[in-house]
Amino acid sequence: MLYLIEQSLNGIQLGMLLFLLAAGLTLIFGIMDLVNLAHGSLYMLGAYFAATLIEVTDSFVLGIALGIVATLVAGMVMEMIAIRPLYGRDHLDHVLGTFGLLIFFNELVRLIWGPAGLTISLPPEMLTAVQVLPGVFYPLYRLVIILSTLAVGLLLYVLVMRTRIGMLIRAGASNREMVGALGVNIKLLYTLVFGLGAALAGFAGMIQAPLAFVQIGMGENILILAFVVIIIGGIGSIRGAFVAAVLVGLIDTMGRAFLPDLVRAFLSYSAGSSAGPALSSMLIYALMAAVLVFRPEGLFPASNK
Amino acid sequence: MTTHLTARNAVVVAMIAFLMLVPVYAATTGNTFMMTLFTRIIILAIAAVSLNLIMGFGGMVSFGHAAYLGIGGYVVGILAKEGIDSGFVQWPLAIALSGLFALGVGALSLRTRGVYFIMITLAFAQVVYYVANGLDRYGGDDGLTIQRRSEFGGLINLSNRTFFYYLCLALLLATVYLVWRMVNSRFGMAIQGARSNERRMNAIGFPTFRYKLICFVIAGLICGLAGVLLANHTNFISPQLMHWTRSGDLIVMAVLGGMGSVFGPVIGAVALLVLEETLPHLIGLVTHVFTGKEIAAAKEYWQLILGPMLLLIVLFARGGIDGLIARSRNG
Amino acid sequence: MKHMLLAGCAVAALAIGVTVPTVAQQKTIKIGFVSTFSGPVAAIGNDMRNSFELALDHHGRKIGGMPVEVIYEDDQIKPEVGVQKTQKLIESDKVDFLVGYIWSNVMLASLKPIVDSKTFTVITNAGASQLSGELCSQYVFSTSWNNDQTPQAVGTYMNQKGVKTAFLIGPNYAAGKDMLEGVSATFKGKIVGRELTVWPTQLDFSAELSKARQAKPDAIFAFYPGGPGIQFITQYAQSGLKGQIPLYTAFTIDSLSLPRLKDLALGIPGAQHWVRDLPNPTNKRYVDDYRARHKADPAFYGSQTYDAVALLDAAVKAAKGDLTKKDVMRDEVRKANFPSVRGKFKYGPNHIPIQNFYLQEPVKEGNEIRLKTVATIVENDQDKHWQKCPMRW
Repeated sequence: MLYLIEQSLNGIQLGMLLFLLAAGLTLIFGIMDLVNLAHGSLYMLGAYFAATLIEVTDSFVLGIALGIVATLVAGMVMEMIAIRPLYGRDHLDHVLGTFGLLIFFNELVRLIWGPAGLTISLPPEMLTAVQVLPGVFYPLYRLVIILSTLAVGLLLYVLVMRTRIGMLIRAGASNREMVGALGVNIKLLYTLVFGLGAALAGFAGMIQAPLAFVQIGMGENILILAFVVIIIGGIGSIRGAFVAAVLVGLIDTMGRAFLPDLVRAFLSYSAGSSAGPALSSMLIYALMAAVLVFRPEGLFPASNK
Repeated sequence: MTTHLTARNAVVVAMIAFLMLVPVYAATTGNTFMMTLFTRIIILAIAAVSLNLIMGFGGMVSFGHAAYLGIGGYVVGILAKEGIDSGFVQWPLAIALSGLFALGVGALSLRTRGVYFIMITLAFAQVVYYVANGLDRYGGDDGLTIQRRSEFGGLINLSNRTFFYYLCLALLLATVYLVWRMVNSRFGMAIQGARSNERRMNAIGFPTFRYKLICFVIAGLICGLAGVLLANHTNFISPQLMHWTRSGDLIVMAVLGGMGSVFGPVIGAVALLVLEETLPHLIGLVTHVFTGKEIAAAKEYWQLILGPMLLLIVLFARGGIDGLIARSRNG
Repeated sequence: MKHMLLAGCAVAALAIGVTVPTVAQQKTIKIGFVSTFSGPVAAIGNDMRNSFELALDHHGRKIGGMPVEVIYEDDQIKPEVGVQKTQKLIESDKVDFLVGYIWSNVMLASLKPIVDSKTFTVITNAGASQLSGELCSQYVFSTSWNNDQTPQAVGTYMNQKGVKTAFLIGPNYAAGKDMLEGVSATFKGKIVGRELTVWPTQLDFSAELSKARQAKPDAIFAFYPGGPGIQFITQYAQSGLKGQIPLYTAFTIDSLSLPRLKDLALGIPGAQHWVRDLPNPTNKRYVDDYRARHKADPAFYGSQTYDAVALLDAAVKAAKGDLTKKDVMRDEVRKANFPSVRGKFKYGPNHIPIQNFYLQEPVKEGNEIRLKTVATIVENDQDKHWQKCPMRW
């Protein structure tokens, strides 16, 4: 039981990370109707910015804070130069154009930071586990990820539901022309939303980096997972993204934890090791396909479009 | 789609002539790598042409087309590993399984449209990708070396590189012809009609769902064949064959060459892969001209140019290279 | 003025006329070098390249008296990219030798074009069991080991330390499977869990570390080369397992990861066939010059690659520069009659070294943490796959 709790926390932590990425993606998708394959590049850029800034400032927290600002700016610049002309085009154009951007950013990062990649070291005080429940020890840093992401999620909720900008965002998601007709500077709104999404993706990249590695293409696999999340959750719905992200995180982690042993019960040990993780990944995509077939609008469709 | 002598047709003829002469060049200069490269290009061109059938003419943007490459390749690899070398078994089975998979994916995916279609085809391709990863006996992530190419009872010998090259080229031309015939048939007209207005095509009595499904399956069959060829060409298969960025590459080839024409994707495949090989050298040359020495590091960054180029093509040259050629003639 | 110009031209013409034939006579040896120069394991490729370049410098940039051209290719840790690069080097660059290969899966994928083209190849890391067994080949030599030998030594050491139960973890690719097989071959206690994780993409080991904690073993054995190794040890520390369950490793802590791991690496033992402090003159020159040039210790990857140059030098000298005499070169290399940084060793019939394996531990030396040879675990160890190799000589 305690073991199950520990693995659930692992799953939730992964889910939180996916949520950060998916929240921006779903906003951009829902409001600008843009399929952005380069969203993973912002995740990568965030990590590179933070790694560099932590090195420069010699402070983990300051580096992360400045990194978020840097990614926000990078996202807004990217929107103004490369993304804006894509609005209103069909989805194939988006896929192709942003695929081009993805290639471009991979190479740009290679040019600036070199092919070898970077690491972000945690402050030593983070290198411990804390007792979250009697008998359940959990790495402090992973706990920090869960809590800080929850805080960001809450902030996002307040921003979208309780502020004027949020009202415009919601209005833009359900009726673009109307917001434009009201005299709102829709261009600026789009740039802001894109920047916000970029900052969220960048934040995800930089907090995950100490648990992984800052490298070229790091955003590619997780981007596809984030797409799965927003499809399952319903395009444009932040609440849906949250629920689906936790769901996908749990499936992935539980699959990794239990499926190999399950397969080994029937097949060889080695077969289980290969098939286990593959099965849990397959489960996620099968879930998405099922949602698309039976409930194409997702589990939590954004208000009538 | 007239067969008059246009700039477009001239390019097609020149390209085919060029492809036919590659082995001659390789033989005279001893540069066998040139032939290896172009065998690969031709095989991927087959895949791109098949993708273009559904994407360019049917409006079905499949983001999982690399899955068929994988299915075709893995059938060959798995059978070879189990000691079944016969191409008479391997090839039909590989193509049939690809078609069957396309039938299943198509039947489910074609209920959705737009971005949902893109995502669901991606999802199915990812499932196949992970199946391959999970096949421990067949190498899992590591992939599988194919020790012997398909055997055809001594009738033909695929290990003869020149022969294999011309076989691939013949199959490419056959594919292009087949797709061209399809596109210009009543069936093809219905498919293209459904792309612009499905409801109307339905109303005038075309079973568009069934037509689109057939089209989707045919594209799967052809791409499965490309997978068979690719496995025989590289003697090696791995899940990387169907990584999602591979499906992206196929889309890029089709769009780069031009989705409006049957031959466009061939031009796209050649252009993209030749660019991949030569752009590094070109960059090296440019740095040589400007700085007096070749900056080796600069050569590695050729994709820095490719990325924005894709975006520009999307924005300003929707017809791809083929469109540019056609336009240069018309106006 | 005009005369001077003419004279100048004449001199130039003479110079060209004189130099061209000599250049043509002196054939350049082309070496294709396949390794990884991108991603979380790029440091390994760089260590190998640095060591190869250093060795070439030590040989006056000549092998067997002939000038050398090296073409470096990045396999991106992907088997399919490795095959393509190998094919390109063989067919397009027409290299005389191939050197490198870190990853067992990349090497296995690349083996067919190598064997088919009979390219003389020195594998300087990848030690897949298949290469030692049924896939051994006339012109393919290893300067490293078979994958399972090092973990076998670790298993022996774990027995010596009285470990009764162990949890094994490694990446799910050709080498990872070999490594876990290796440690379980010699470890006499009970194995209470084994995990293979997705390679090389999975860097988050939360689910697996939770499993290890749940299994309550006496010890954990891990194999994670390169950047993933740094990540594994960091997360092992983060999870609070360090101090509770001791960790034993193979190919996880090396000179490349130590500067990143710092104190986290202390107290974690490993085994290796070569350590930077082995007392022989070849090794001393290598390590000292490497440190002088790169301000850091070389890793075992580099040491194996450094040896490749001496190996090729001996081979080309035996063939008197005639690179078509592959059998002569092969027979010479089989004698292992060249100076190696690991000291004297022999080749088994499958072209895999028969050599010692040492216990190594990270120790503080001033501000730096360096690896130190603590003891010899096994002497003259031969891999257990050689009988499956049909070659006998």
